[in-house]
Amino acid sequence: MKFINYLEGITGISIYPLTSLLLFFTFFIVASILVMRTDNGFINHMKNMPLEKESND
Amino acid sequence: MELEKFSYDNKIPKYFAIACILWGVVGMLAGVLIAFQLAFPFLNLDMAATTFGRVRPVHTNAVIFAFVGNGIFTAVYYSLPRLLKTKMYSHLLGKFHFWGWQLIIVAAAVTLLSGYTTGKEYAELEWPIDIAITLVWVVFGINMFGTILTRRERHLYVAIWFYIASWVTVAMLHIVNSIELPISFMKSYPVYAGVQDALVQWWYGHNAVAFFLTTPYLGLMYYFVPKAANRPVYSYRLSIVHFWSLIFLYIWAGPHHLLYTALPEWAQSLGTAFSIMLLLPSWGGMLNGLFTLRGAWDKVREDPILKFFVVGVTCYGMSTFEGPMLSLKNVNAISHYSDWTIAHVHIGALGWNGFMTFGMMYWLIPRLFKTDLFSKKLASSHFWIGTFGIILYAIPMYWAAFRSYFMFKAFTPEGQLQYQFIDIVQTTIPFYIMRAIGGTIYLGGVLLMVYNLIKTAKKGFFVESEEVEAAPLSVEYVPTGKKFWHSFIERKPILMLVASLLVVALGGIFELIPTFLIKSNIPTISSVKPYTPLELQGRDIYIREGCYTCHSQMIRPFRYEVLRYGDYSKAGEFVYDHPFQWGSKRTGPDLAREGGRYPDSWHFNHMLDPTSMSPGSVMPKYPWLFRRDLDMSSTNSKIYAMRKLGVPYENGYEKNANKDLITQAEKISASLKIDKISISSKKEIISLIAYLQRMGTDIKSEIK
Repeated sequence: MKFINYLEGITGISIYPLTSLLLFFTFFIVASILVMRTDNGFINHMKNMPLEKESND
Repeated sequence: MELEKFSYDNKIPKYFAIACILWGVVGMLAGVLIAFQLAFPFLNLDMAATTFGRVRPVHTNAVIFAFVGNGIFTAVYYSLPRLLKTKMYSHLLGKFHFWGWQLIIVAAAVTLLSGYTTGKEYAELEWPIDIAITLVWVVFGINMFGTILTRRERHLYVAIWFYIASWVTVAMLHIVNSIELPISFMKSYPVYAGVQDALVQWWYGHNAVAFFLTTPYLGLMYYFVPKAANRPVYSYRLSIVHFWSLIFLYIWAGPHHLLYTALPEWAQSLGTAFSIMLLLPSWGGMLNGLFTLRGAWDKVREDPILKFFVVGVTCYGMSTFEGPMLSLKNVNAISHYSDWTIAHVHIGALGWNGFMTFGMMYWLIPRLFKTDLFSKKLASSHFWIGTFGIILYAIPMYWAAFRSYFMFKAFTPEGQLQYQFIDIVQTTIPFYIMRAIGGTIYLGGVLLMVYNLIKTAKKGFFVESEEVEAAPLSVEYVPTGKKFWHSFIERKPILMLVASLLVVALGGIFELIPTFLIKSNIPTISSVKPYTPLELQGRDIYIREGCYTCHSQMIRPFRYEVLRYGDYSKAGEFVYDHPFQWGSKRTGPDLAREGGRYPDSWHFNHMLDPTSMSPGSVMPKYPWLFRRDLDMSSTNSKIYAMRKLGVPYENGYEKNANKDLITQAEKISASLKIDKISISSKKEIISLIAYLQRMGTDIKSEIK
């Protein structure tokens, strides 16, 4: 039940912020490139989803 | 392919819409009451249930979970089936979800006013209600995923990604932050203490803002803004990048609520870095919403719905610009504990959540009742009244924040503090009055909307369900046009769920785990000892009365704070604090080193009538603490629970704890007697005095 002080220490705490920054940066770049190279037809289909006619009247 | 007939249910969205507006009015009324209480303390009415410390959590919880919560569910239950061309998975689960949630809200209001609270902001509800929330949330999830899995549209529209990510993240946050050890029905202690509790709490608190107030409302924006403007969203590409970066970054930013506190430096920096980066996806979302109206600005002039959306999205942009700025340490030094934070959250709550909700309601209610809005003119008036209310609310708060900052750090040429705390409180009161008026005006606008919508509903007739038809999903997927990478995940909702959870859990793990693991992060201080039984009981009264809503227990390492409140706070001082009580707002002074500052009799008189000891104080009176006897029967289980959580009480101490409690209480009662005050040592006030006199004294003795 005691949540504190399980381990006496971990070396190199700076690895946490560095890893996170790197992870995000890579992810962001990859996502952006992929998004740029997307087919326009598909994008238009997705875009118009909320505007599709929904009832018969 | 043959078309299948099915129908969209309108009953559940209608229920949620009514609940949203009803609780909105209640929550805002509570807000108006507490706003006036800060200026006119007699409005606390000298009763426990109507005192600021208890009403304030009712206000925050009602606005967040009742008003915005029901707003989210209205949007989901209306848009999800339509975007997926199917009916909601289960009407029964929908009903359970609706009534379960409303029951939780009622239970929350009753228990918070009765003083049952965990003392952790926006997570104040006690453990039985926490369990009920989990249950209802799971039911909501089953209903949502059931719908998604039985859909007739292969790809999930961007609004639905936001719904999915919100659902899974809120589930994670709620569970992690609510891990607590029950000691009786309606009372528990969190397993985390001090710095860890603070970190978990603000990881939760910040992301409750992110994944309860922001992402579901972005989903709402992506559905209702195109609907109302009758044009597609500006950039679908932007929405993809914006979605993933937003959920990726948000989860890391929690520690920016704890800058200059005793939190380890690396965690503070991590929070700042991610908060700055967060500006990009936030503004991506704002621009996407605003640009959707490009070429339609003539419509905005005519249509009150679009006006609400434009100002709502603009307020989102403003507060998400402000957020990263507030996480810079030098700006945070000014804003933290001040009214700036209050202004910031109300730009978000009144502007973004409020106006987006109103826009949705003005669009939705006429459609549910198959008629036109009763009065466009009234809706337009509501818009202007609301906007004016926000301005009148926010500007005095910003002003007050800077004014008090300059007063706090003003020194005389001799190097002494120029102003007493009470001087600063006094000059802030006019701003509190203006703010309360601003809030009242905003509420007036809402009442106008209630009238308008009731008239609209009466004009039309309720359409219980809408019959539609659509083709079922083909077994084989044939992509239209070229293959699109993201369509892969848009076709796989479960993968989407797992990916979202992974992304947010990663942030949580990196942020939280190190503080749990490393001893050097929380330097222990040998002179810091566990609370005595009487002090522990007093601390629980401090929590019960919501003292943390106005008093912090965290002195930052600034000259003007150290001179005013005492030596700055160290992480090791809080290792036995389940829960931590650092607070987030100083309407009253910091109490971290309150112990020994005044005699017992000062506290006695001050709690009975604060103005007797501190003329001009806006603190409420606490007469019931002098009438009620302390519940000593709970001491045993409290000490036992604390030991279970790692507080080093000796084995079996709980059996003798009340003996020590009585001895200490009699000592305090005797010291009061010397100052000609006679009161039984059994009263609650005695234990509160014991706690107040203990605060920060452990480390004082070490410095000597």
